[in-house]
Amino acid sequence: MVKTRSAKIGDWVVVFLCVIMIIVCLVPVLNIAARSLSSADALIRNEVLLWPKGWNLDAYTTVLGDSKYTWSLTWTAILTVICTVWSLFMTILCAYPLIYDLKGKKFFVGLILFTMYFNAGTIPMYLLLKELHLLNNPLVLIIPNCLSVFYVIILRSFLYTIPDSLRESAEIDGAGPLRILVNVYLPLSTPVLATLALFYAVGRWNGFSDALMFMNDRKYYPIQLLLYNILNSINSIEVATQEGFTTPGLSETIKAATVMFATVPILFVYPWLQRYFIAGVTLGAVKG
Amino acid sequence: MFASTMNLNKTLSYLKRYWVLYVMLILPIAFFITFRYIPMHYILIAFKKYSIVQSPWEMAWADNNGMQYFIQAFNNRDFLYALRNTLMLNLLDLIFGFPAPIILALILNELVFKRFKRFTQTVVYLPHFLSWIIISGMALQLLAPTNGLVNILLNRMGYSSIPFLNDPAWWVATYVALGIWQSVGWNTIIYLAAITGINPELYEAASVDGAGRFRKIWHVTLPGLRPTIIVLLILSLGHILSSEFDRPYALSNKLVTEVSNVISIFVYNYGIRGLNFSLSTAVGLFQSVVCVIFLFAANALAKRFGERGIW
Repeated sequence: MVKTRSAKIGDWVVVFLCVIMIIVCLVPVLNIAARSLSSADALIRNEVLLWPKGWNLDAYTTVLGDSKYTWSLTWTAILTVICTVWSLFMTILCAYPLIYDLKGKKFFVGLILFTMYFNAGTIPMYLLLKELHLLNNPLVLIIPNCLSVFYVIILRSFLYTIPDSLRESAEIDGAGPLRILVNVYLPLSTPVLATLALFYAVGRWNGFSDALMFMNDRKYYPIQLLLYNILNSINSIEVATQEGFTTPGLSETIKAATVMFATVPILFVYPWLQRYFIAGVTLGAVKG
Repeated sequence: MFASTMNLNKTLSYLKRYWVLYVMLILPIAFFITFRYIPMHYILIAFKKYSIVQSPWEMAWADNNGMQYFIQAFNNRDFLYALRNTLMLNLLDLIFGFPAPIILALILNELVFKRFKRFTQTVVYLPHFLSWIIISGMALQLLAPTNGLVNILLNRMGYSSIPFLNDPAWWVATYVALGIWQSVGWNTIIYLAAITGINPELYEAASVDGAGRFRKIWHVTLPGLRPTIIVLLILSLGHILSSEFDRPYALSNKLVTEVSNVISIFVYNYGIRGLNFSLSTAVGLFQSVVCVIFLFAANALAKRFGERGIW
């Protein structure tokens, strides 16, 4: 169909709006990147906008030379890997049996779904963890939130889309449920598993409230909580003296560099999984 | 007799075949019972005098037929502020944040250049993956009164600096704006998926009838999105009293606590930091119960208007 002139102008107006949206989304990230790469003096003189002034990597070398940061980054990375693997394992264990017509299935599904609508709250959780001696134990950052009902629903909805005939023919060949899971269902669900892995990993990497509430041992602070403490120290000079830096401007670039360290891993992962997570989100929304 | 042996045999062969599935469910079910159901018995302490040495069953009932802590909460200035702030921030999120992804999805849908569309989507999804700590770190630097990018630009244009994060009214606006910034792109996913489900013949028919871009959006796309919009609106209405923790906590500072303290922060301050377990559990219970009621009410309302609802 041939487009009229006004329709073509309209197309470019749409492009223009999208470019504005892109700028709005990227400017904060670019600004912080520029700050982390700039010299402390340029920062203080308000010269840094979107491009670094007085290029240098001082902030990054300082951060990488400080065992407090490197340990926190390493610990958060370890934690993220463990949490993702464990959560994925639990999600599969929970979702797969519920696609069968099991006796008692309604009960199990009800038991799980109810927790989506009503939860006991923060303090009861705190008291339970205290009772279980999980407070200030590194396991508190892994176990209490390792399973998300919403992600179980997403996975189960996906498993339902795999035709029953595949399962039935495997059953005729004598395969048990476990074999069918490993040989038929899991290979077919790699896209949705990748999506859930991304969600769980991002959730753990970005999470801090559980550490804030249930973890007092600074050694086990995830990077976000460390970052929060750095960013919210009353003013930069105080941070500078606390952290032992002499120039206040440097501490500003270090704040920016720490933010970059916490952000960059995510920037590298999510675009590659975009195709998958769109499918995952849509699946959860339609059937959830 | 014969029938029951048949049944027994059937049960046995059923179990022989599917016992693995029950074994698989042990861990997840144990998780839900331990970390989602067992905590519920601590809800009792909302009605009891907390004692560290007794179990919730044994503790003595609180005064006023056990309602002491609820009465105390509603006489507590901090709680009333937290209640007001929770409602206010959620309502503003609903008014400004709810339509935003619909509008953005309509814009993205009008993009004719496919690769540019993909790139735009990748970029607008980005903020969803950033933690509120990171966003708060960026906001602190970007919106700083003296050396933040936004205020530098405002100054260069001849305006005076705006205290985005240090003045209560501006803080509320910034809170809502950052919320939209973080979630608008991500929330388009569902709408874009719903748009692809609209029958293309409807657009062709509209074109034949001489409809332009806006008329097609108004008469075809938006009606097609209606069920999705209703379901998501129900969910948001159901969460009008639920409060996030990360976002207000990360963005807050000492100058704006009068507007930034929401219920979840009240519970954290009074419960975990102040050790007022009974009071903060009562507040948490009040919140949970109101949330469930709102969710059911919103769903019933939607059904009444002839929509599908979420159940």
